[in-house]
Amino acid sequence: MKVLAIDTSTMMATCAVLDEERLLGEFSLNQDMSHSENLIPMVKEIMDNLKLEISDIDLFAASIGPGSFTGLRIGIATVKSLAHVLDKPVVGISTLEGLAFNIVHSGIIVPMIDARRNRVYTAIYKKDGQRLKSLLDPTTMDMDELLELLDKEHTNIVVNGNGASLYRDKIKDKLKDRVEFAPISLNSPRAASIAELALIKKDEIEHNYYNLVPIYLKESQAQQDIRKREG
Amino acid sequence: MNEDIITLAIETSCDETSCAVLRNGREVLSNIISSQIEIHKKFGGVVPEVASRKHIENINIIIQQALDEAGVSFKDVDLVGVTQGPGLVGALLVGISSAKAIAYGLNKPLIGVNHIEGHVCANYIEFKDLQPPFTCLIVSGGHTYLVQVEGYTKYEMVGRTRDDAAGEAFDKVARALGLSYPGGPIIDKLSKKGDAAAVDFPRVFLEADSYDFSFSGLKTAVLNYLNSAKQKGEDIVVEDVAASFQQAVIEVLVEKSIRLAKERKSDKIVMAGGVAANEGLRDLMEKRGREEGIRVYYPSRILCTDNAAMIGSAAYFNYIAGNISDLSLNVEPNLELK
Ligand SMILES: [Zn+2]
Repeated sequence: MKVLAIDTSTMMATCAVLDEERLLGEFSLNQDMSHSENLIPMVKEIMDNLKLEISDIDLFAASIGPGSFTGLRIGIATVKSLAHVLDKPVVGISTLEGLAFNIVHSGIIVPMIDARRNRVYTAIYKKDGQRLKSLLDPTTMDMDELLELLDKEHTNIVVNGNGASLYRDKIKDKLKDRVEFAPISLNSPRAASIAELALIKKDEIEHNYYNLVPIYLKESQAQQDIRKREG
Repeated sequence: MNEDIITLAIETSCDETSCAVLRNGREVLSNIISSQIEIHKKFGGVVPEVASRKHIENINIIIQQALDEAGVSFKDVDLVGVTQGPGLVGALLVGISSAKAIAYGLNKPLIGVNHIEGHVCANYIEFKDLQPPFTCLIVSGGHTYLVQVEGYTKYEMVGRTRDDAAGEAFDKVARALGLSYPGGPIIDKLSKKGDAAAVDFPRVFLEADSYDFSFSGLKTAVLNYLNSAKQKGEDIVVEDVAASFQQAVIEVLVEKSIRLAKERKSDKIVMAGGVAANEGLRDLMEKRGREEGIRVYYPSRILCTDNAAMIGSAAYFNYIAGNISDLSLNVEPNLELK
């Protein structure tokens, strides 16, 4: 079974083709604001090099957030419509779970994606066989609050994601030698991880090309304003 | 080559998620429009992030509906057309990402379409024999353009608004009058019961030779009129204010269109865009057209609003002209008509 996976939730646009146990190809580009331009050409580049047709793909997977709202919609619209036009199944995978899945570590894995204003999208995972067990489900959290929580409850921590890079000093100051930072190659979303998770979870997730939507973990500003006004 | 060409078209430039299927650029097999207007009403206008969220929820449902209603499947599609701009960037991105995936998945040509060109082409759907050249007035909540259409894909942009779009002025005045959003249809309706000569609002023609428009001064004049009436404790006849305001807008739109048509020796004036559904505008343009020997065209109400059928028609004519996009096509929120 061949899986094509896409993650455009951060500045990194990444796509990969996996054939069961084998990574056939992965293509990642870290370029600001060019996902819309690059994504389909990247997919085509991989497929052409592998001498595969897009119709050879059996399962499509997308990273569904949290992350950049616009980035997520580019990736999800692309994956949904590829699955739709070829009438193939589709699976959505949490961006944070995808990030955590990059890491092989016996302790605690904490992916962080910048959510602006000292906040991160984050979750807390622990490896459980081939899978990840969630100790804290994906949420938006103030950085200081997250560090407080980690400081109190956890040791032997690995962090990754653009949030971990952004707040590196702060994290180091608070958690000292109880924290490790992921190497560069495992710090950003990898479509290969999304693809592998999709294979593991395909039978338990009920997504189709109609109902696959981003997980924002944040209301739109206008919606927040209305809520405030109405009390 | 006498085979039919089937176009699948997607439009998501603002708050309508729309998908259409056309045969040969003028025949609409389906034109599904999912309006978000009820959602945006509570915000008093279109909220870009809210619009983008709705587009991604709806897009594939709308695409499938369009295919079903047309009685075709993806494999019958010969080309994919999509709005490239102008419009809201986040909203456009949903449509363009989807269209690129479909074109790549089908291995069929992708055509990025200018939304304004789409509005013009709505008339080719409505009037099967209509051919360029003609003079075209495009008016909506987002655009006010006066264009000389020289060929199916050849345009000369002659005039545009320097501030508010015509439809935007309608929305703002409607809000000041305590009417709901969108303002255009309500003001049009109230105008029929009001006296268009009741208040003498300014007609802003700008420089004598200019084909540009300006509506913000008129809007301010209406606000000032309402304020001073309030201060003096005078009653306001909403119908009269609506009718007088509308008259001031449409007289300028009509006179500039007629002047351009006469200058270019055009015997046709074509209207397009949401405000082209305004009955006051239609009536006055037809009356002046009759006086000047110019035939006036405007599409049915549904083709005036943002819809994918018009994008499909424009995509077809661009395909015929050889204007095919590649898969790195990107949105252009400020795309100009050339
Ligand atoms: Zn429009």
